[in-house]
Amino acid sequence: MSEYHADSQEFRYIGKPVKRNDGPEKVSGTAQYAGDIVLSGMLHARLLTSPYAHARILSIDTCAAEALPGVRAVITGEHGSVKVGIYMQDKSVIATDTVRYQGEIVAAVAADTVEIAREAVSLIKVDYEPLEVLNDVRKAVEPDAMLLHPHLGTYAHSVGVFFPEPGSNIANHTRIRRGNLEEGFKQADLILENSFEQNQVLHVPLETHVTLVQWGVDDQIKIWSSGQSPFSVRDLFSIAFGIPRANIEVNIPFVGGGFGGKAGIHLEPLVALLSKAAGGRPVKLEPTREEECQTLPCRQGQVARIKTGCTRDGKIVAEQVEILWDAGAYADYGVNIGRASATSACGPYHIPNICVDAKTVYTNHLYGTAYRGFGHPEVFFAVERQRDLMARELGMDPTEFRLKNLLYPGDETITGELITENTGSPDKCLKRAIELIDAQTPYTEAEKEQMAATGKLRGKAAAVLQKAPAMPTWSASSALVQMNEDGSVRISVSGVDYGQGTYTILRQIAAERLKMPIEDVYINKSVITPLSPYDWQTVASRMTSICGMAVMEACDDLIKQIREIGAIALRAAAHEVEFDNAEVYVRQNPQYRIAFGKIAMGYIYENGNAVGGPLIGRGKAIAQGLSNLDEHTGQGKAALDWTYGAHAVEIEVELATGDIEVLQMATVIDAGRVMNEQLLHGQIVGGALQGLGCTFSEVLLHDDQGRLLTRNFTDYKIPTFKDMPRKMYTDVVETPQLDGPYGARGAGEHPLISVTSTVANALANATGLEFYDLPLSAWRVWTKLQEQQQKQQEVQE
Amino acid sequence: MTTKSLHLTVNGEVYDAFVSENATLLTFLRDVLGLTGTKEGCGAGECGACTVILNGLPVNSCMVLALECEGAEVRTIESEYQNGELSNLQQAFIEYNAFQCGFCTPGMIMSARALLEANPHPSRDDIREAMEGNLCRCTGYDSIIAAIESVGVSAS
Repeated sequence: MSEYHADSQEFRYIGKPVKRNDGPEKVSGTAQYAGDIVLSGMLHARLLTSPYAHARILSIDTCAAEALPGVRAVITGEHGSVKVGIYMQDKSVIATDTVRYQGEIVAAVAADTVEIAREAVSLIKVDYEPLEVLNDVRKAVEPDAMLLHPHLGTYAHSVGVFFPEPGSNIANHTRIRRGNLEEGFKQADLILENSFEQNQVLHVPLETHVTLVQWGVDDQIKIWSSGQSPFSVRDLFSIAFGIPRANIEVNIPFVGGGFGGKAGIHLEPLVALLSKAAGGRPVKLEPTREEECQTLPCRQGQVARIKTGCTRDGKIVAEQVEILWDAGAYADYGVNIGRASATSACGPYHIPNICVDAKTVYTNHLYGTAYRGFGHPEVFFAVERQRDLMARELGMDPTEFRLKNLLYPGDETITGELITENTGSPDKCLKRAIELIDAQTPYTEAEKEQMAATGKLRGKAAAVLQKAPAMPTWSASSALVQMNEDGSVRISVSGVDYGQGTYTILRQIAAERLKMPIEDVYINKSVITPLSPYDWQTVASRMTSICGMAVMEACDDLIKQIREIGAIALRAAAHEVEFDNAEVYVRQNPQYRIAFGKIAMGYIYENGNAVGGPLIGRGKAIAQGLSNLDEHTGQGKAALDWTYGAHAVEIEVELATGDIEVLQMATVIDAGRVMNEQLLHGQIVGGALQGLGCTFSEVLLHDDQGRLLTRNFTDYKIPTFKDMPRKMYTDVVETPQLDGPYGARGAGEHPLISVTSTVANALANATGLEFYDLPLSAWRVWTKLQEQQQKQQEVQE
Repeated sequence: MTTKSLHLTVNGEVYDAFVSENATLLTFLRDVLGLTGTKEGCGAGECGACTVILNGLPVNSCMVLALECEGAEVRTIESEYQNGELSNLQQAFIEYNAFQCGFCTPGMIMSARALLEANPHPSRDDIREAMEGNLCRCTGYDSIIAAIESVGVSAS
């Protein structure tokens, strides 16, 4: 056991290099995604979207479109006024009287071919009355701001969880209060207040939100969706249309990336309405990349103000955080991101006096939804920038400052949760990340001279991160582990493996538990709601932890049955029955064994008598002990488990261009227990690079009329092969989670969190430039370098 | 839309078809031939998910009109799996965990195949240069580079 790693117990498959099981179909192109599915009689859909960010729809004329040969259905807000949502039902399927963002769906067509559908869309005439545009989240919270949702007070939402403020643009206001803020600031020797700002960004799954629906006879609905949430789609669809859940079949084939953007429900109701209007023919909608950018939701923008009070020796005594989330036009998911961000608003630090206000605010921007990290990448830009800025004010090393204030066992979080020895170790992650790239060692004089000579300044920094799953208190998973005739088993779950490796991890868990060869452990690779066991949805890094526990329980249930039938077959007491390598035997008589295949469907005696029957293990898991947060103080149990981590980077800034290269980067996550090192490494590297995208290039830009300017891969740049860090190190700390499978906790989202702040801190260390917003594009850095130079010249003059 | 005749070879098989003038090679492959391994990520030549090999060179099949391929030889991801065996690249992608969601993978493998045919032993920088037009949102690319590099090395 090293300083960082858990006891190395003897495992067969946990932590072992098991290859993912979706390889052959994915590398051969035979993996079927929603867009690859073709049904008899299938129609193709195209969308008409609003060119205005805010306008009243005066009239829509669809006559010419309907008259076009080959057009089978045209629908508008008249048909799609029903509101659908998971947390805050504020968005109708199609805009009705008002459009609130540019790109909002105004009408849709289903036709025999995509070309006909596209032509029909061009024939729809919409008369708009453009309205004033609310383009800035700060203006949206001013007392006299125009109201984008005057009927906010009537919207259905999770009562007692979210707190909308009708009569304003605030869809949710989460408050956290702890200690006495005023007294806290009185104890402070130093108070520092800063504002941080981040625009919206995009998820960019390579596969868009492809959706295929057939609204069949007798309201039998069949959906094929590139989604993360089969049962949430079924649930929300049922609620919206009043159709029994059993009538709704949701199929999730392979999914080409999600990153949160495919959580909840999206185009399924719209395509269903088109199918219904087309007499029940199946309709497929494959959104274009432009629609994916401007019509499907994004990550929310954020303005955060942080005021921190510190004693001279570097102890944080008080902190006030106000977060304004730019939810855009709708806040169905945004309200929960606001809530989650509040619970994490001060980072993994022990601060006795706290006041947090997180407001999810409507504007006329593209609407936001869940995005990998669920509010934390944005919060941690602000928090971890603030920590470095404070350390600088104190004249203290930023790592020393962090270590002094981090949460340790015995401390409580800002919502009052006790940190224990098993919670995880942000301090160890930080130390390890720093160690990996030698981030604490100052540059030598020779190195500094070389930097000056080449015009390339280097800088290093490190920062921490945390996140817990943000989900309803009751979110649950279930699993079936069924034995096949040959004694192999197949696992069924409704978690979606859209690349993160869930199915492989679940197979490892089952093979470990059942003590059988992993080659004999299969898992169903697609989800179909009438057949697959319930799962809330595939989000929040909750698959390994919660779905993993359900698989463990299902294995235990199967083991119980194996022992029962084994006892009969072996003529022994059940407690004497052991099993290993897909065989049962009596403990004291291990040389006589019966293969699982002989008991899988029932044990048959020589005379033909049979006992037992097909073996099916069932398991379930539900988030334990979570509570709603108090409306006024935010106190309660918000986190099932906290995953901590840290990054360290070294960057090089070219003064002539402002271009930043990441020379080396280290990311360390306290994963509790590493289930599969290769898969975890893949999550970390992929997440870190996505974080670098948010750092350097990814930003949604709107013009002054709220129209999106970044609608394709030319204007919205995600990292390419050439944007990788020159060196990338990954490592883990293992502080086993008591209620996680074999000690594991989720780690899928975390590598993306705090990347922006770490790089911005390194930029400050390299150049003295303090950025309070993003991205750190060459142009923006160069501009600031020019200003800096000009100021220095003025001082000299 | 008027259609015209098209004669070409795809994965070694000869096809004669009538295709509309505005059909892209991508839609021809997917919708007419049913070769759905090739994916559309952007439809604008920016992501590389639809990469196929046209007369020996990698192209974005969303940017090529089907009728431009008269007499051409086209190879798609479906050509990699031969005689019941995954190709060396396909095996390497599995070995190095060089995919997650898998949607960009067919295009990645075809770009890599074209690179390896032009340069059997590419350096990491050669790989970065040649593969820059293929976007992956999941992996962070390092595993893809390792997979391609391993095939280059083992070819020596």
